[in-house]
Amino acid sequence: MNLCLVNHEWLVIALGLAVLLADLWVPPGARKNLGYAAALGLIGILVYSVLAFRLGEAQVQYAFGTMYALDGLSLFFKRFFILAAIIVLVMSVEFAETFAAGIGEYYALILFALSGMLFASSVNNFALLFVSLELITVTFYVLTSFHRSRLTSLEAGVKYLIIGALSTGFTVFGIALVSGISRTLDFNELSRVAGQYSQNPVFLFGLLLVMVGLGFKIAAFPFQIWAPDVYQGAPTPTTAFLAIGSKAAGFALLLRVLFVAVPDVTLQWSKLLVIMSAITILYGNLCAIPQRNLKRLLGYSSIAHAGYLLLGVAAAAAALGHSGVDPHAGAAALLYYLTGYLFTVLGAFTVLCLVLQHLQGEDVESLAGLNQRSPLLAATMTLAMVSLGGIPPLAGFFGKFLLFKAALVQGATQSAYYWLVAIAIAGVVISLYYYFAVIRVIFWSREVPDLSPIKTSKPIQVALYGCVVGMFLLGIYPNPVVNWAAEAVQVLR
Amino acid sequence: MSILTYIFGWPLIAALALVFVPRNFRVVMRAVAVAATFISAVLALKMFIQFSGAPAGASGFKFESQVVPWVKSLGIGYHVGVDGINVGLVLMGAIVAFAAACVSWEIKEREKEFYILLLVMAGGILGAFASLDLFLFYFFHELALVPTFIMIGVWGRGLQKNYATFQITLYLSLGALIALVGLIILYVQAGAGTFDIPELIRLSKEKPLLGGAQQQLIFPLLLFGFGILVSLWPFHSWAPLGYGSAPSPTAMLHAGVLKKFGLYGLIRIALPLLPEAARSWMPVVAWLCLGNLVYCGWVAMRQKDFNWLIGYSSVAHMGFVFLGIATLSLIGVTGAVVVMIAHGFLAALTFGLSGYIYQQTGTLEMGQLGGLFRRLPFIGAVLIMAAFAGCGLPGFANFAGEITVFFGAWQSYQVVTILACWGASVVGAIYMLRAIRAMLHGALPGKWATVADASNAWRKAPFVILLAGLLVFGFFPRLLTEKIVPSVNDRVLVTSSK
Repeated sequence: MNLCLVNHEWLVIALGLAVLLADLWVPPGARKNLGYAAALGLIGILVYSVLAFRLGEAQVQYAFGTMYALDGLSLFFKRFFILAAIIVLVMSVEFAETFAAGIGEYYALILFALSGMLFASSVNNFALLFVSLELITVTFYVLTSFHRSRLTSLEAGVKYLIIGALSTGFTVFGIALVSGISRTLDFNELSRVAGQYSQNPVFLFGLLLVMVGLGFKIAAFPFQIWAPDVYQGAPTPTTAFLAIGSKAAGFALLLRVLFVAVPDVTLQWSKLLVIMSAITILYGNLCAIPQRNLKRLLGYSSIAHAGYLLLGVAAAAAALGHSGVDPHAGAAALLYYLTGYLFTVLGAFTVLCLVLQHLQGEDVESLAGLNQRSPLLAATMTLAMVSLGGIPPLAGFFGKFLLFKAALVQGATQSAYYWLVAIAIAGVVISLYYYFAVIRVIFWSREVPDLSPIKTSKPIQVALYGCVVGMFLLGIYPNPVVNWAAEAVQVLR
Repeated sequence: MSILTYIFGWPLIAALALVFVPRNFRVVMRAVAVAATFISAVLALKMFIQFSGAPAGASGFKFESQVVPWVKSLGIGYHVGVDGINVGLVLMGAIVAFAAACVSWEIKEREKEFYILLLVMAGGILGAFASLDLFLFYFFHELALVPTFIMIGVWGRGLQKNYATFQITLYLSLGALIALVGLIILYVQAGAGTFDIPELIRLSKEKPLLGGAQQQLIFPLLLFGFGILVSLWPFHSWAPLGYGSAPSPTAMLHAGVLKKFGLYGLIRIALPLLPEAARSWMPVVAWLCLGNLVYCGWVAMRQKDFNWLIGYSSVAHMGFVFLGIATLSLIGVTGAVVVMIAHGFLAALTFGLSGYIYQQTGTLEMGQLGGLFRRLPFIGAVLIMAAFAGCGLPGFANFAGEITVFFGAWQSYQVVTILACWGASVVGAIYMLRAIRAMLHGALPGKWATVADASNAWRKAPFVILLAGLLVFGFFPRLLTEKIVPSVNDRVLVTSSK
């Protein structure tokens, strides 16, 4: 076995252990700077990843038997997760003062969660799927309740623990049923035999239970109920990592299960995916309207975005049925959308992290007068909201364009996809209402209680500019990322 | 690089440059905005004059510029060019943008953001009219549309400002998204793998790209998506409120230029690529346009606020264009394009004038105004001319367009034409002349004794230029029609006549 294939994971785990050890010797005053060290380490790993790993189209290398697959898709997701973790770490340094103690552990836990996501992007076996899923979820239990003295944070942690444990139970049960019927845990093996079990109710029931576990990760209806409470209660960097890393890991696993392991079943389930996507979009957007708490608002909005991403999955599922011009358009659009979502959401959460950490409330009104307090933060937040709303020339627009296009291609044969796009459009229009309400508070609120300037450190400025550039680049010059995404999904069926 | 790239590029570059200008350099910001729009107006005029002599490309477009694909795998490319249909629209748009930048002196707070948004809006509109790529066409339109929302929200006026902002944002976004879905389905089902409009038209000339059922699916999406953007009755309710609340430069650019995007889209995309569906839907459009012409004209008569009145009047004028398009005839569509250009000048002129009066008096309630002609000889005279143009008096470009539309419409829709004539010439004249009487004539209330006329050439320039546009194309409509006719023949009606 070529151990180099797992280098991303080794290096990140080693970095996490190094941060834990360094925490013992670094004087307390300087401990929060460990976050910068960790971020620098991750930048190094990212550079190494880009320089050392080059894979041709549809080329797959396996490690641990065939449990672990390194291919274009997993590399795409690995770099994606590392990039997200870098920004989250920089954000956490700003947030460090609000923690009573243990900031070193916080950084280490972020890195361990990251290693879980890296494993998740390479999953080719149900056993590894379960392990990586648990690695992510268990670290997030701690990250969520890291504000040990705040009741809301503890409440969020407990809620996440209970619902997470429940969904883990479903997943294990589902895996047991699937492997019991098909006598294999391996995705390659499963894809060969899935066709003959595609009418077997126990097999299908098992897969459905696995979907429950993944649906919980991506916060799709009807497994979304935890998201708003946990987003609201968790420390802001945790929320940001949950919103982008954990969700993307869920989609990475979903793509692997649906399009590598059991494509025959996925085709049958395209209607189910359409319905899930439609309800998730409507639920997220409609429930976001009355929210006053910013993190809760973004929680509901993240449910809505899970719905848009599921639209891509649904389009890809239907494309399995016929050999069209571009069978992977839905999955490629999903990757593009996630990339844009990364810059957008992390930009928004970085701003929230800076503005809200000294305030008791987290109402939308706390952004009042932001354009006078810090033009950079105001501009970033505005662009993030506009991009989430899907308006050109920002990343969100081109992502939605690709997703809608992928779904409309399927509409020619199944009119359900036309209705799905109609619902998605209704969702977009609804979402403009609450996103623009946030912008309105930033620029023209009547009462501005606090006009003190907000100080931003150099690293956080770099992170914010990076997010802004990312949003614009993906909106104006989409060509490179479109091509990467298209190459990455070649390994799917 | 074609001259077109510079025409919409200058305002966008100027917008970028303004980001780096410090906030207190007010004069610099104003100068940059006026200069950038002036340059693009001069370039547009130069292009318009050189148009007849310029060599045409393979697809019949002039001043073309096509750059390597932008997103290659999807067939999206940068492609701009003009033919007779959009050359006049680009000229009109550039002139209106210049006039809007000139009247922006009324903006007194947060000028930096205002000028940046104004320039983005101007660049976006001109880019949309210059684009020959479906994606780019939509992209530039949205680029221009979003500043509109923000400008109404921040610099708008009136008590209903917030409501108006949300209404116009949600309503127009819905329209734009419906049109986007229509365009994507068109791209997908045409199966040509390209967003290039001339290429799609060329392919559909050889052999229809879309079957009847597909056309019947796409056409309504385009018609009603674009229809919302153009305030086709009964989707017009955003317009009067939005224009009533918008700062006047925004209203000038939106009512004058941006709104024409939907009409241009119908002429450029829907008619040539979806000819069968167009034929079956056009009687519906003809009757809907009566809603614009007659119903909205009627509503305009009852308005007490001058801005609402001209808002409704601009909705009403869109009826002419829809009627012209509905005829699917050479005369009708040519007339429709002339009306689009004429109404662009007219709408910009009336909103600019109403903005001036609002600036001086702080109100546009016609009941409170009166006798202003004594204090405002120049503004009053221009307003009367604009009102005449709005009634469709010969000598103004509107007359030339409207009469052409009626000639074209008579052959297909006689009843509709009779009602439309009545609505246009009688109802239009009543509300316009009543507004003139209420505002300019009669006794001058004492509180308006200090109202001042446009004093220097700078203040007069935007109005003079817009009025000149109306008069030049009113006396010499041939300048437009001789360019429009061959283009309509070649690229709009070519498939429907077969």
